[in-house]
Amino acid sequence: MNEALGYVHGLVGWAFSLAEAYDVPSLIGAGVFFLFAGLALLFACGVVFLRNVVHSALSLTATFICVACLYLSIDADFMGAVQILVYGGAVAVLIVMAIMLTRRDDMAHSNPSRGLWQHAGAAVVSGLFLLGMAAVAVLSPFQSAPQPLGDAAPGLADLMLSHYVLPFEVAAVLLLIAMIGAILLAKGAEES
Amino acid sequence: MNLMDFVRLATHVGLHHFLLFSALLFAIGLFGLLTKKGLIPLLMCVELMLNAVNINLVAFNHYMPVSDYSGQLMAIFAVAVAASEVAVGVALAFRIYRDHGTVDVDELREMKG
Amino acid sequence: MGEYGGLGLFFLVALIFPVSALIPAFLLQPRQPTKEKRIPYECGVDTVGKTYVQYRVGYFLYALVFIVFDVETVFLYPWAVRFGHLGLFALIEMFIFIAILAVGLGYAWKKGALSWK
Repeated sequence: MNEALGYVHGLVGWAFSLAEAYDVPSLIGAGVFFLFAGLALLFACGVVFLRNVVHSALSLTATFICVACLYLSIDADFMGAVQILVYGGAVAVLIVMAIMLTRRDDMAHSNPSRGLWQHAGAAVVSGLFLLGMAAVAVLSPFQSAPQPLGDAAPGLADLMLSHYVLPFEVAAVLLLIAMIGAILLAKGAEES
Repeated sequence: MNLMDFVRLATHVGLHHFLLFSALLFAIGLFGLLTKKGLIPLLMCVELMLNAVNINLVAFNHYMPVSDYSGQLMAIFAVAVAASEVAVGVALAFRIYRDHGTVDVDELREMKG
Repeated sequence: MGEYGGLGLFFLVALIFPVSALIPAFLLQPRQPTKEKRIPYECGVDTVGKTYVQYRVGYFLYALVFIVFDVETVFLYPWAVRFGHLGLFALIEMFIFIAILAVGLGYAWKKGALSWK
């Protein structure tokens, strides 16, 4: 009994010292980050491991939305809106369209994977990659020093239309070429 | 390091959290890219990896001592490139399905002499 | 981030409200499934064929034009917000941008991607 009381006492003291060490907004921020990061990783695993390709596409869209929420959590409102608009909207529609254009008879097993050996190899490769990236991320002495930058959209416009005006026009040309190429591929298939 | 220190480190969300998260997302995409057979699941995995890169760009823009939004602008250009990529990728998948009757990359081996 | 707290609360309430209505219904409902009850509801008539059918390419071409102009919106929005301060050079640049994409739209139109056959 005394032991249990001591344990509870220790736990309460620990919680209090945690609450003292932090302001509550910081803890809420951590909660938001871990909630959406965890959900995004879960849905990303769903993209890879679900057996039905339509479920995979739905899981991919959910990943995009969770990443958009993470953008909002670091004051990147415009990027969050772009993420929902382009990825959650257009890219998701196009992926579902691709699934419906290349119909399979058995939808329940429409997302096949390779064999066990390939899985092991892929796990080793991506694990090594993850290890390397994590080492770089943890060991690099980045100093976190968020700067107040003002509203994103006007700041982006100033950059985009002065210093980055050539990439901006090249992006338009890239979109034009992608559109023409995709129409050529799709219409050619329709006519033949 | 005791538990308290670890909790203090983990709940103070900073650049490292986002870097680790994006590395995990990229690794999941890479794993899918190496194990999936269908063309469209492969496209989805590439989208996951591109998203991981975008998270890095936006997180660096927010947490590093920078004076403008060039990181976010780079991410927006990456979004434009990703949109072009998925448009052409889907058209290619559709064309391959029409011409060969399959989107399984293991069965598409016409160039393998 | 604070201003999104209200949005999160809104989504939470919007989630709790239908779920609290559906869970009692799920727990209290009598279950007598028959074959007719289990088929998908389609305005009372019997469903014909499979659920997954192959779409025609016309849908894809619409989605293609949509994604290109979706990305154009992303570039147009910051310009529109900052329009008053940017001046003539930015206006000309933006019109070149729109003109390049209009060429794509014209091509799609000419190839019949916008016509519904």
